Amino acid sequence: MAHLVEMRNISKSFGGLHALESVSIDLEPGEVVGLLGHNGAGKSTLIKVLSGAYTADSGEIFVNGKKALIRSPRDAKAYGIETIYQQLALAENLSAPANVFLGRELMTPMGTLDDDRMEAETRKALDRLDLKIKSLRESVRNLSGGQRQAIAIARAIYFNARVLIMDEPTAALGPQETAKVGELVKALKREGIGIFLISHDIHDVFDLCDRVTVLHNGRLVGTCRTSDVTKDDVLGMIILGKRPDAALA
Amino acid sequence: MATSKRNSGLKNASEGGLGKLLRTLEVDGRLIGMIGALIGLWLVLHVLTDYKFLTPRNLWNLAVQTSVVGIIATGMVFIIVMRHIDLSVGSILGFTGMLMAVTQSQFLPSGTSWAWAVALIAGLAAGALIGAFQGYWVAYQGIPAFIVTLAGLLIFRGGAWLLTQGRTVAPLDSNFILMGGGLEGSIGGMWSWIVGIVAIIAIVVTSLRARSKRNQLGFHVRPLWAELTVLLVAVGFVIAFVMVMNAYNRPRTEIAQGIPIPVLILIGVALLMTAIAKVTKFGRYIYAMGGSPEAAQLSGIDTRRMTIYVFMLIGVLSALAGAVATARLNSGVNSTGTLTELYVIAAAVIGGTSLAGGYGTVAGAIIGAVFMQSLQSGMVLLNLNSSLIQVIIGFVLIIAVWLDVIYRRRSGLQEG
Repeated sequence: MAHLVEMRNISKSFGGLHALESVSIDLEPGEVVGLLGHNGAGKSTLIKVLSGAYTADSGEIFVNGKKALIRSPRDAKAYGIETIYQQLALAENLSAPANVFLGRELMTPMGTLDDDRMEAETRKALDRLDLKIKSLRESVRNLSGGQRQAIAIARAIYFNARVLIMDEPTAALGPQETAKVGELVKALKREGIGIFLISHDIHDVFDLCDRVTVLHNGRLVGTCRTSDVTKDDVLGMIILGKRPDAALA
Repeated sequence: MATSKRNSGLKNASEGGLGKLLRTLEVDGRLIGMIGALIGLWLVLHVLTDYKFLTPRNLWNLAVQTSVVGIIATGMVFIIVMRHIDLSVGSILGFTGMLMAVTQSQFLPSGTSWAWAVALIAGLAAGALIGAFQGYWVAYQGIPAFIVTLAGLLIFRGGAWLLTQGRTVAPLDSNFILMGGGLEGSIGGMWSWIVGIVAIIAIVVTSLRARSKRNQLGFHVRPLWAELTVLLVAVGFVIAFVMVMNAYNRPRTEIAQGIPIPVLILIGVALLMTAIAKVTKFGRYIYAMGGSPEAAQLSGIDTRRMTIYVFMLIGVLSALAGAVATARLNSGVNSTGTLTELYVIAAAVIGGTSLAGGYGTVAGAIIGAVFMQSLQSGMVLLNLNSSLIQVIIGFVLIIAVWLDVIYRRRSGLQEG
């Protein structure tokens, strides 16, 4: 069966530094794959190759089994690959609908912004995620961190993302908010969206992931089902850069 | 969610019955505050000047005097919202004003019915070019707008002098000077009422339409009584405005002056700029860039091109203000518009435009301009000397921004 996304033997170097050496990962629909590793392990580079911010030196990307050419963020979006950046990239002075549709506004037949329709569509997208935000008319600045994360996700799924890349989605959030993002991730899974969760902290993401892929110094350490391993096993992979014997079985 | 609870708690704590009323009416509390401050200032000046301030004659003059600063201030809102500044607007005004004076009196045959239009278009085009020039250095070469426009302030003030080697150009075309307001430059009683009635119809129709559309979509609408109250206030304001403008007669006649042409220009500009801010992608992107340049860029907005366009816009508005100022003087003088940049920036900031970018409204800037001009002309009526007036206006500016800082801190930046 074809994977939703498969990155095969991706290599990338910056000058003499090998940021990625022949790394392969894959993702199924409705699956969450955690991408773990220290700072500098290569996870950001790998994900930037997928989101179109970098081009790989070698290796191939397949989307639904077909070879994909991703040279820019625009290409990635055309394949349904959306990225939610750590700093969220929201304009805090604008309302939630204005942010969701920023750069892709809905217009009235008269050629003016159709704020009412954008509000209605945003409401729908948030309903899909089972999210309640009382007033969509005030600026995003007044929303909580979790709600802002939700707006960023709503923006991605409204435009039919099938692959979502979330960079440290819970890094700046409190426990309650982190739980909310966890619920969002589950809602996205139910919709059949595949998600790459990037984190340097295993505790943040272990319970959300179906599989984890660990990188170390630009090389793939291994990929395991979270049901087969313990957090300590994965922690060992992150720190030592070696697969534990238990996971090999 | 913790933060949102805290915010709303704060909001409730700081709001008494008045806050609740404003919330139900869904009017901008900040704008109401500014209007309140303006009315307060007017009453004080009225008493201090032995009841000479709130007279049709003075208010009519006030309206004319406000138009130059007001026209540019609407553009300054966009510039500041985008996290830039334009210090050159006074010099652009002077340069383009001089250019228009020279064009009509030296290059075009006198006494034609179209010379004024050609001169005006030449001036506006020059304003757009100057804006594009400055915007290019800011957007594509990365030089801070503060520096580029500070240079522009020198370049175009000097340029205004060089155009005629300092000579004053007068008199001007008789059609052109109508833009300045002068003796003939208002539209008379009947046309003023026609403008007023059209405005009232437009206000009623648009607000009822918006209401029915929100009703259809099942969105929240304010209670009917609140809707009608807001409508009534707006309509009442239009009627009062027309009545005041019509109450001032041409000197030694019984003929009503009506709305002065420069004020009509200001109203037109304000409506257009408000529409740009609220219902166009262009306006939305300006505010998005002010809120987060990075978010704007990641959304595929060409932020550099936007920057150039906004500088072109304020260049054109400065030139339009230059036409009004020059027409009002009935001569091209190279010092026209000196220090205007400071009054314009003050008007925008007093009107609630945040220097940190992202927040500001056209309506606020107009009220800010009226406030500045009221202060200025009130103090002239009081026979204060001009140096003292400058000192006082300087202090008022600091206090206005200080109040703004306090307001924003308290409300956690609730409104724009």
